Amino acid sequence: MTWESLLDLLRITLHAMVPITLTAVGEIVGETAGLFNIGLEGILLMGAFVGALGARVGGPLVGLLAGIGLGVAVSVVFGILATYAKGTQMIAGIGINLFALGFVAFGLIQLGAPGFHAVQPRDQLPKLSTPMGALSPLIFVALLMPFLIHLFLQRTRAGLILKAVGENPEAADVAGINVNLTRLLATTFGGALAGLAGAYMSVAWFGSVTKELSAGRGFIALATVVFSGLNPLLALAGGFIFGFFQSLATWIKTLPTKTIPWQFVDMLPYIVTLLVVSGVVGRVRFPKALGVPYKRE
Amino acid sequence: MREGRLLRGVHRTHTGVHPALESVLAAILGLLVGAVIMLLWGYDPWQAYWALLKGAFGGFGYEIPTSVARGVPLILTALTFSICLRAGMFNIGAEGQMYVGAAAAVTVAYLRLPYPWHLLVGVLLAAAAGAIWSLGPALLKLTRGVSEVISTIMFNWISRFLVFYLVAYVLVDPRQAQRTVRIPFSARFPILVPGTDLSAAVYMALGFALLVYFLLWHTAVGYEVRAAGLNPTAARYGGISIRRTVLLSFALGGVAAGLAGAATTMGLPPTYAIISGLPDLMNLGFDGMAVAMVGRNHPIGILFAALFFGGLNAGGRVMQFYGENPVPLEMVRVVMGTIVLAMAIPELVRIFPALVRAGRALVRRAGPAQGEEA
Repeated sequence: MTWESLLDLLRITLHAMVPITLTAVGEIVGETAGLFNIGLEGILLMGAFVGALGARVGGPLVGLLAGIGLGVAVSVVFGILATYAKGTQMIAGIGINLFALGFVAFGLIQLGAPGFHAVQPRDQLPKLSTPMGALSPLIFVALLMPFLIHLFLQRTRAGLILKAVGENPEAADVAGINVNLTRLLATTFGGALAGLAGAYMSVAWFGSVTKELSAGRGFIALATVVFSGLNPLLALAGGFIFGFFQSLATWIKTLPTKTIPWQFVDMLPYIVTLLVVSGVVGRVRFPKALGVPYKRE
Repeated sequence: MREGRLLRGVHRTHTGVHPALESVLAAILGLLVGAVIMLLWGYDPWQAYWALLKGAFGGFGYEIPTSVARGVPLILTALTFSICLRAGMFNIGAEGQMYVGAAAAVTVAYLRLPYPWHLLVGVLLAAAAGAIWSLGPALLKLTRGVSEVISTIMFNWISRFLVFYLVAYVLVDPRQAQRTVRIPFSARFPILVPGTDLSAAVYMALGFALLVYFLLWHTAVGYEVRAAGLNPTAARYGGISIRRTVLLSFALGGVAAGLAGAATTMGLPPTYAIISGLPDLMNLGFDGMAVAMVGRNHPIGILFAALFFGGLNAGGRVMQFYGENPVPLEMVRVVMGTIVLAMAIPELVRIFPALVRAGRALVRRAGPAQGEEA
């Protein structure tokens, strides 16, 4: 084991952390306001696909914007279902995930090769050269975002309003806050970050889209939210842990010795997620009105 | 158990309109959105749906039996989701439990037994494997409070790689490396309609659906499970053991998913084996959730919903080769996802009258202006 190979592992970890952290801190904003979106996996997958399409049309920045746009569009639908339509959030989330499976598989066929689409190197987001090697600029966005959101939730009036809407929507309503609109905006912000995370995977990280690109990351992000207890800074740590074990799996597979079958190596991130989540639950407290549509009496 | 609250509104319809009507409306909405997407990509939705309908229900000799055959595993994976939903939990683990059940079913190839017993042993192995796999999330929930939404998904991925490994190294056919050993004739479900995929596995699915109906609605244990789902706090005050209802509903759901694994290996011609990459299994667990929602999480409703989605799948396979510009099969899952989204709206039926009222109001506003002119 060499120094370079360890540095490789750290670099892959930083890249793997980005989608989990971005998605998790976005979901923290949504859950603080009382909406629970299990459709994040679908948003990641569709964000990756739409991001690749956007990059093909107008380059990497358009690709990232397209991912954000997709995230906004899907979560507006989810948000309206979960607030004004008083729908069941879990069911809507399952619908988004199913829709994404079909939509991306269908879209990939339209692009030519079924099941796989490569983003041309000139359409990929360029990496920054740092002392640690080539790093995607979005790594810095993912490192900064939890701090911004932490400040927003703890130090601003708007952050307080979000918490009020999640904890006690009746009181917030009496205080003149538009509960449904606030929740819709919060979940839309979360969806936008998930869409960005999806586009990052295709446009800035893997350089390709497959039907299974998201590979459970949306749910690992949900696990990260549980792990963090809605604290964005802990979500950054959680994203780093889960990113590390995903990278470890990738890294072990590049080693010359093949003692463990790859199938078992690939299980690693999911097993670690289970272990970490089962270690922390119980001490975590969630907003009182999480998952419950608000109805004025 | 905060998921208990997330379930509010799943079981009952607020409108009092017959629940089947809402399912039909959701299905229509799904097909409409599918048509819009087809139009956007330059397809002819009318022709595609016509091909789909003919392919699904165009005849008794091939089309309808094929649709029923495609619906068989969906009945079982839908039951997995519905049993746990009735008990107040979101079990998204049917996919993985089905993989494990299928792998267990294939192991009967190493046994030598006469016909009905060999089949029976395979079915029991698959059911047991599914149930055992489902206990992981159940125990994590009970002992550590881990949300089953997260744990079942993680178990799905773990079982996927586990079964990949079993297919590649353990159960592999030495002569055909791309699949497992084949299930011998003495352990296969007999084919009911020659030339189609419809096997006697359909009786197993029907029987299990009826058994679940009887258990949940006509026994004391089933009453406890449903009571725990409707209001866990009240159920606990009433002396119901939540621990027992969680374990029971997960195990029963796991049995259903394991049986789905049996149906797609022991009852699915022509391979009677698991193919590398699991193409015959992939996503049947997730599609089952759509079937469960449209079937209103009731075993009898699920039978009809599974026939509808089985028809979509069977018809979709015809649609993807029909005409000059055929629509890919994946369109079917887009329609499914939209239907589930629509099912999330508790007052779907009210949306249509509201639209009609809004339309009338517009007409009325335009109306007097015309009246004055006359």
